[in-house]
Parts: sequence; C-alpha cells; structure tokens
Amino acid sequence: MSDFSRAEVCVVACADAFRGDGEIVANPIGTIPMLGGRLARATFEPDLLLTDGEALFISNDLPIGVPDAPKVIEAWNPYRMMLEITWSGCRHVMMGATQIDRFGNQNIASIGPLDAPKVQMLGFRGAPGNTINDPTSYWVPNHSPKVFVEHVDVVTGIGYDRAGKLGSQAARFHRIPRVVSNLGTFDFETPAHTMRLRSVHPGVTVDEVVAATGFELQIPDGVPESRAPNAEELLLIRDVLDPNDMRTKEFPG
Amino acid sequence: MTDKRATEDDVVAELHDGMTLGIGGWGSRRKPMSVVRAIARSDLSDLTVVSCGGPDVGLLCAAGKVAKVVFAFVSLDSIPLEPHFRAAVESRRIATVQHDEGTFYLGLQAAAWRVPFLPTRIGLGSDLFRAHPGLRTIRSPYDDGEELVAAPAIVLDAAIVHVNRGDQRGNGQFLSVDPYMDDLMLRAATKRFMSVEQIVGTEDFLAEGPVESLRLPRHLTDAVVEAPYGAHFTSCAPDYERDEAFQRQYAASAKSPEAWDAFRAKYVDLPNHAAYLAQVGLS
Repeated sequence: MSDFSRAEVCVVACADAFRGDGEIVANPIGTIPMLGGRLARATFEPDLLLTDGEALFISNDLPIGVPDAPKVIEAWNPYRMMLEITWSGCRHVMMGATQIDRFGNQNIASIGPLDAPKVQMLGFRGAPGNTINDPTSYWVPNHSPKVFVEHVDVVTGIGYDRAGKLGSQAARFHRIPRVVSNLGTFDFETPAHTMRLRSVHPGVTVDEVVAATGFELQIPDGVPESRAPNAEELLLIRDVLDPNDMRTKEFPG
Repeated sequence: MTDKRATEDDVVAELHDGMTLGIGGWGSRRKPMSVVRAIARSDLSDLTVVSCGGPDVGLLCAAGKVAKVVFAFVSLDSIPLEPHFRAAVESRRIATVQHDEGTFYLGLQAAAWRVPFLPTRIGLGSDLFRAHPGLRTIRSPYDDGEELVAAPAIVLDAAIVHVNRGDQRGNGQFLSVDPYMDDLMLRAATKRFMSVEQIVGTEDFLAEGPVESLRLPRHLTDAVVEAPYGAHFTSCAPDYERDEAFQRQYAASAKSPEAWDAFRAKYVDLPNHAAYLAQVGLS
C-alpha cells in the first residue's frame, strides 16, 4: 500500500537529515529540501532557524509557492550575515550537486576541464566555505551515473578524502551528514568515509541504486527501506507547507 | 553644497578601457541596468567585471565589453544559468577568476579596509585554488600555527550600484531587505556611482524608510543618477519585482547571433534610459 508519493518520501528523508541539530540555522536549498527543513521544525526539531528563502528568518510554518503567505519574522538575515553564520559554525546547509563522488566531493561549477568548460554552470557559490566550516548535506533529484561519478570535474564542496589530506586541525569542522536522492539516502559512516547506501525509498531496489551510481557504493547487509511519512507529516506537507503541490512540480512520481 | 546628479552617459564618460568594474546587486536583483546598458552601447572594451553576477554580466559579455569576470556565481535566479555568460565562457571569449561567495565578501572587505587580504578557512582542500590561480595560503603567526586562506583584496577602479532612494548630494537609501555587497563595493572602489529609483529631499528620507535604511552616506558616492525602473528587468523590491516575461525574452536572445542583434537593436542601442522606458512600456 502506498498512499504517499516519492516526493513526500524525499521530503521526510531531507527532514531527517536535520534530526538532532537543535538551535542552529538549517539552510535547505531547493523545493524538496526546503519542505524537509520546514517539516523537521514543525515536528521533531522545533528550535531550528529557517529563512523565507531570502533575507529573513521566519518562525511560522511558511508554505512554499504561496507568495503572499503571512510571515512571522524572527530576525534579519541578509546574505552577508548568512555567510558570517556559516563561518561561525552554527549552520547545516543542504545543497544540490551536479556531480558527487564516493568521498562526497561536490561539483556545481562547470562540466569538463576547468580551463575549458563544456558547460559553465553556477560557479562555486558558497560550497568551499560551507564544507570547510559546517555540516553540509546534499540533495540530488536525478540520481544517475552522470551525477554519482567516479571523479567530479571540479571540487567545489570538499569530500572526506580532501578533508583527510588537510588533516584533523584544518578540517575539524568538515562533515557530510547525509545525501538524499530520488532513489535513496546515503551517508559516509564507513571506515574510509566512502559513500554508503543507508536506505532505499519504497519501490526502489538496491540493484536499481547500484545501476544508477557511477562508483562502488558501500552496501550493508539488509539495506532498510527509507522511512515512510506518517499521518501527521503528510497532513503538514499537503495542507500546511505545500498546499499548491510544488513538490510534485519539481519532482514528479 | 555639491550636487552630484548625473546621467548614465556622464558615468560612462568616467570609465575607461581595461578598468576593473564592480557592479552591485545579486543575481537578477537590484542591478544598475540603465548604466549597464549605457556601457554596453559605449565604445568601452576589455573590462574586468566583478559581480554577484546576473544579467549585468551576461549583457556586457554579449556586447563584447568584457575581458574577464570575477565571480562566485552568475545566475538569473528564476533561470538558473545565465545564457550569455555561459556562451562567453564556453566559447572562451572571456577569462574568469572564481570565488566562493565568502572570499568575494572578504576580498571586498579587505579592499575597503585597505589591507591586502583577510584570513579564512574558505577554499581549503577545494579546487578554488585552480579556479583562482592567484589564491595563496598563510600560516597563523600565533601559537595555533594554523594554515589559512588569504582571501585577496578585490580592489575596484569603479563601482556602480542601484538603490531605492537617494538625494542630490549622493546619500543613498536601501528600502529592499538585503544590501547584498553594494556598500562594500562602493568602499572598495576609487570611482563610485549610484543610480536610484528616485531622488528625494534629504529631509524626506525618513518618510521612505527607517534610519537603518540610510546605509550609504554621501562620502561613498561621486555621482547619483536618477533612474526610475533603473534595475528593470531585475527586481528592485519594494518598488517592483522582476519582470519575468522580459527576462525570458532576454534569455532567449542568447539562442543565436541574430536573436541577440535584434534584442540589442530594440533594447540596448537606444539614445538613453527614457527611450528604453518608452520601448518597454514603462514611461
């Protein structure tokens, strides 16, 4: 029986990435992660700080995709203040990744050689600063061997191998708590900090995940199914946080 | 009392080939587009553009004004990738120096404070060192001995920002929520230009917004250009939001040289900002 969508499973998986964070700034980027952050605060992480997507911290359960929704503003948070929060170590960001490798190196800058890119994308944005200063998780809506690659073309966010080479002092704030994709959830809780399959979403097989991944994943015995949304979570997602179903627009199926 | 009122063309007359030019705003938000268009139709060339990049970067690349872009991102926000910028990079018509948003911020702050760098952890272990070949590390002279990145000062020959209100003496007022890097760009630059939606009397500022919105005192500006809808088609909240339909038209102009020529003839190669406003139906 499945009375919830894959998008809703992904929202819950993103929410769970913030479990245990307490009173820090959760900065989920993108529709599904933003819903996840807001769901986490509405349920098991009530002290998280969350933005309206721009320069304000809002304390109410703000719906996404409703431009005129009333905001209860807690604090002013322009971009420069967000950067300072990042450097001070009280933020957990969930970014996207055009490429990610087995150590969690992320690329959002460009595809192809750095000095002659085939595709120029966004740039480094805040990825180097995020990954050296704070926990950084990732959301990948299109899990494929083109995204989960053996080696990323450009290291924007640093993975565990790069952090390891920097040493325990320089990299003491580096951590990648979670990767959530449309197929499953992943972490780096392995001896060499290489990516491990943590759970598969309902309806997805381990073999499908392996086939869609361009490097060798750590596969534990008996991979569990990702947590299904409970009734309270479904109500919050559907009626409060995303009444216009932006989650399905970003992520059909 | 100095009256700093000027036109877009007055600003362009202060610029020269090869300059390093900081442009305020963020992505497709609060960009000084009336001045950017004036630069695009000028005979300036070989500019180094420093920007939290949006259509300012793309338009100047398309117009052939740019030798180098210094950036942490270039985006149209609702259209994630800037098509004219992409085309310029992928065809290797321009050089790039890449930053993290944080080293960009610290670099402007260092320039504003007249120090050569500011220390940070940002960039350690990443390919920022390949994308910004001038980047160096520095060892802490204190007992921790930690190796840090020395984010280099980003010194600007000129800066151009667009804000909501100003007065004729060159004070500026942000009514939008986020100042982005605008005040820092003015502090980091030798020649400082500000366009505003509206010039008001100094005594009228507090009727527009709270005292905390008066973040650009006049010693930071050399000229003020009154340009209603000066940020169009980017947003300039609370005065107006982004013109998404026009932005899509702009993005589509990257599809072919003919499409760009048509866009340029219709919206860039005009006598002045008033003619632009008439062309887009805002006058």
